[in-house]
Formats: sequence, structure tokens, C-alpha cells
Amino acid sequence: MSNKEWPLWEVFIRAKQGLNHKHVGSLHAADVQMAIENARDVYTRRMEGVSIWVVESKNLHANEPSQQDELFDPANDKIYRHPTFYILPEELNHM
Amino acid sequence: MEINLEESFQKRIDDEIKIEPRDWMPEKYRKTLLRQISQHAHSEIVGMLPEANWITRAPNLRRKVALLAKVQDEAGHGLYLYSAAETLGMSRDEMLNELHSGKAKYSSIFNYPTLTWADMGAIGWLVDGAAIMNQVPLCRASYGPYARAMVRVCKEESFHQRQGYEIMLTLCQGTPEQKAMAQDALNRWWWPSMMMFGPNDDNSPNSAQSTKWKIKRFSNDELRQKFVDVSLPQAEILGITIPDPDLKWNEARGHYDFGVINWDEFNEVVAGNGPCNKQRLKARVDAWEKGAWVREAAVAYAEKREKRNSNKENSNAA
Amino acid sequence: MAEKDLLYNYSLHLADNSMILGQRCGEWCGHGPVLEQDIALTNIALDLIGEARSLYQLAAELKGGNANEDTVAFLRDVLAYKNILLVEQPNTDWAYTIVRQFFYDVFHFYLHSELINSAEPRLSNIAAKSLKEVTYHLKWSSEWMIRLGDGTDMSREKMQEAVNGLWEYTGELYMPSDIEEQAFEAGFAPDLNILKPLWQEKVEDILAESTLYIPERNYQQKGGKKGFHSEHLGFILADMQFLQRAYPGANW
Repeated sequence: MSNKEWPLWEVFIRAKQGLNHKHVGSLHAADVQMAIENARDVYTRRMEGVSIWVVESKNLHANEPSQQDELFDPANDKIYRHPTFYILPEELNHM
Repeated sequence: MEINLEESFQKRIDDEIKIEPRDWMPEKYRKTLLRQISQHAHSEIVGMLPEANWITRAPNLRRKVALLAKVQDEAGHGLYLYSAAETLGMSRDEMLNELHSGKAKYSSIFNYPTLTWADMGAIGWLVDGAAIMNQVPLCRASYGPYARAMVRVCKEESFHQRQGYEIMLTLCQGTPEQKAMAQDALNRWWWPSMMMFGPNDDNSPNSAQSTKWKIKRFSNDELRQKFVDVSLPQAEILGITIPDPDLKWNEARGHYDFGVINWDEFNEVVAGNGPCNKQRLKARVDAWEKGAWVREAAVAYAEKREKRNSNKENSNAA
Repeated sequence: MAEKDLLYNYSLHLADNSMILGQRCGEWCGHGPVLEQDIALTNIALDLIGEARSLYQLAAELKGGNANEDTVAFLRDVLAYKNILLVEQPNTDWAYTIVRQFFYDVFHFYLHSELINSAEPRLSNIAAKSLKEVTYHLKWSSEWMIRLGDGTDMSREKMQEAVNGLWEYTGELYMPSDIEEQAFEAGFAPDLNILKPLWQEKVEDILAESTLYIPERNYQQKGGKKGFHSEHLGFILADMQFLQRAYPGANW
């Protein structure tokens, strides 16, 4: 008998209308329909969700952790992107 | 280079920065975590069995649905933990093989039998109580997927202990026979629960490294003391007695003193000689083997359907 | 029969089916073929027992006195249980469990689709809540029928064996008891004759997609609705009722 393991899926749940889907964990399922149903049975038993996304883990792509510095550090000194960078008179309202 | 990596790894841990799956980590950190998380997952799955025993026999419908939901949660907890362990590079099937072959361990408490309904109360109160004490600090473990799984586990676990204590309370307020049943369950589950925290600190060789890596936040003895201190007043409310003649308040320490644990018994149970080791493992192996054709057929069907769909697409394209 | 007695007895018909099947599904907890499905089947068990509880509570209210959901569920013996034979059949293996579930889910789905129109609001309310759950059960068991029927040679063989083994318990679904007939006439129960062709069509469709067939031998067992059960029910109740019988009157 073959010993093929069911593929691994990543599960994303929208907790309520208006919110993003958020990664909640993973599970195994033989196909996409089963993955959605398993996600329902495993991750929404306590009314945690109103919508489910599943994606087979092998289809999820990520940056290399070793690129951390080159990818994310350059944003550090661009403080002019933040509203507090600009000095305005205190009596100014609604801005 | 290796030394630098290890130093910067430790610095991240010291700075309370979580380690994520694809980050560099020392091989020993990975192995320690894998062993601990998979063992924890196995404990959840094997831990379903002693309680599942009583699902068909629960004394009323309210208790039946609560117990079902509780044992089901344990399956969920096992699943979350296996998922966390899988991020460290071992598949769930490999972990299960280690459980089934006897190579992997699980918590020795589940090798004790559940003889009466009061055992459902005692397990919820004491075993889940001890588990929570172990698990809450793990929500801050240095490995991200483990910590996140534990947050989920702890959130769900909170009803388990209350469920168990309520069973005990109802029995203790019931007939004399019921109260005796509750006392008997406490007698049988107290010491095994105390053993759940593991060997004494001076006899726990891996603890120092795990503490340094922030996989462990409190020592075995610290957690055990905390367990004793909270359990005693809880037993008093129930009006039943913890089976330890040496249990008494120590003003100087600000803690309860307690008797010596029978480590020979602990070691025997860990070694496979507990009252139910064989039955528990057999039940897991049976479930796995009897499910093999189901798992295999599901994959075969999924592949068949995919093939049919792509054939359809090809012929549409042509 | 007075309307109150009729409603009481009809509620038990509905409740006992879901209770006993829920009890059977609960036996799987901790022993499923894969963790995800262990959890899925327990969800179904919880839905079924939840529905049974609502109906037992209604029955207890009708009975009055000290009756409650537990006295109704735990203090009746085999002859007073009204469930069909199908739901008390043993789990045997995952194939039997799925086929039994599927046969019942199809019935349960069409039953509640009608029962939501019941003239008795307490029944239609229960049916409305339950229908959502049952819709999911039916989807789940239909998918498993197809997946295993059309899976491997071995899975097809096991599924066909289960279909053959359980087919003789499906006829009873549509053989109305006196109570069901009277309940229909009184306006609070659906006509089983209307449900039967719907059930047959759905079952035939799914069996065809599963590459399974209806066995030729078509003798149908009956008796459950009148209390004449298979030997299995006695053991189910012995387990289920043990504590209530061993410690009469105790609170749990």
C-alpha cells in the first residue's frame, strides 16, 4: 500500500466582514475541497470565521530570511513618509 | 562563521525576538524543539483515549457534549502542534511513525486507566490544570510557530479545566457514593499529575539549555510547587483530601511543603510498564493502520480527478 | 391519540434517530483514520446530539412533571426507543460509517427541508436550525462516498460491501409508523411518501458518481420505529444509560 501523505495546506480565516484574512495555521487534506472543509472543522469551531482561504503550502513563496537587511532596512531612514516628520504650527487643526 | 551565527542567534533570543521557520538556527535547537513539540502533540493524541472511553457512558447529555467537545479539542491541539513541528522539517507521518514504533514518548499520565466517571472530573481538574501550568509559559517560547500554536491551545484549554472541576464539584455535592467516587479519583490522579512536571531540577539535564533558548521559562520544580499551591485550596472547596500526609503550609517559604514523589513508578511508566501503555499505543496503531486504505483512496481520488480535469482542459484547448 | 401525546411520540421518533447515530459517531472520537476527519466526525456527532437534545427537551416539556431531557433519553429501555435500525448498526469500519451516514443524511436533509414548514412551531424551529447542519453533513458524506467509491480498488470493494450490508436498513426510512402517519395527518410531520423519491434520486446519483451500485437482493428489515430493534441497541443503551441506572436519581 502506498504511503503518500496528504498535502499540507495553509489556512487563512476572515474573522468577520471587513477584516483581512489572517493566517491561522495549517492542516492536511487530500484535495482543495477537503482542505476548505477541514479548515472549517478545525479552525472555526468557536465562531472564529466567516470566510476561509486555503493554499497548498508548496505554492506559498517567501523571501529569503538572509535578505532581511537589504529588503527591509532601507525603509528605516525614510522618515519623511510619516506625518510626524512635518513641523506645523500648534494652532493648526484638522490636519 | 558558525560561531557568529550562533552568537547572533542567541542575541535574538535574549532580545525576545522570535525565531521563525526559515531563520538560521543551531541544529540542536531544531532537534530539541522537534522532540518537545512532537512529544507534546503525541500527548494530546494519546490523551484523547482515556477520556474518549467515557463518551458513550457520560451520565447526561450536557456532560456528553462537553466531553465530546473537549476530546475533540485535544485532537485539534495535537493538530496545531504537529503543524508547528512540521515547520522544523519533519512530516506528520514521520512523527506518527516514531510514536507508533515506540521511539517517541508522550506524557506518562495517559498510561493510567479511567475507571469511573469521577476520573473525567479529576483529569480535567488536575491533569489539564497541570498542563495549563506547563503551557501558559510556552505561549512565550522563542520559536514563533510553537508559541502561536500554544496561544491557540491555551485559549481553548481554559474550558477544559473548568469542565473537570464542575464535574468534581457536582459529585462532591451529590450522594455519599458520588463523593467517595470523587475522593477515589483524586487519590489515583494526584501523584501521576505531580509527575507531569518531570524530574526534579537537579535531575533534569536538558533544562539549562532549554531555559537559555527560552523554550522553557520555569523549572520543573517551580511549576510543580505552583501546582500544589493552587490545588490545595481547590480541594478544600470540594471538601476532599489530597492524598499526601506531608502536605502542609510552610510559613517561611510561603508555599506548601509536600511529600516525596515515587520516581521509580514514574520511570517504570515512562519505560512502558504503566497500567495502560500497551493498550494506548495499540489503540493509536490500530486507528492508523485501519485508516490506511482511507487515506490512500483519498489521494488516489484526488489524483484521478486532477487528471480528468486537465484532460478536459486539454481537449477544450484543442 | 391526543395531540400532545402524538407530538411527544413523534418528537421521540426524530430525537432517537439523531441520538443513536450521534452516539455511534462519538465512538469514533480518538480513533479516526486521520486527525482532521476525527475532528470532522465529532462535529457531526455534536450536531446530532444537539438536535436530539432540543427534541428531548420538547418531549420532556410535553410530558410534564419531573421529566427532563435526560429522563427521556436515559430512562427508556429498548422497546420504547423509536429509532430506525439503520442508525444503530455498528461502525464496523470507515466505509460502513460513511455509507450509514450518507443514507441517513439524505433522509435527514429532505425531512428537515419539509419539517421547517411544520404547523407545530417548536418543530419547525428545531428543523430550521438543524437543516443548516444537515446540509453540511450531507455534503461531507456525499464527498466521502464519491472519494472512496471512486478511489482505489480496495476502497471501492469496501464501500460496495458497506452498501450491500446496509441497504436492507434503508427501506424503513419510508415505512411510516402509526405515529408518523397520524403526525402527518395532524399537519406537523411531512409525508414520507413525498420524501421517498427525493431520497432515491439523490442516492442513485451519488452512488453512480461513486461507481457503486444498489444490490439486487432487496429484502428490507423493519421494526425499529415500533421498538423491535436489532441486538445492537441494547448494548448502546447499556453503555449510555449505565450511570443513570446504577445511581438512580443522582445529579451529575
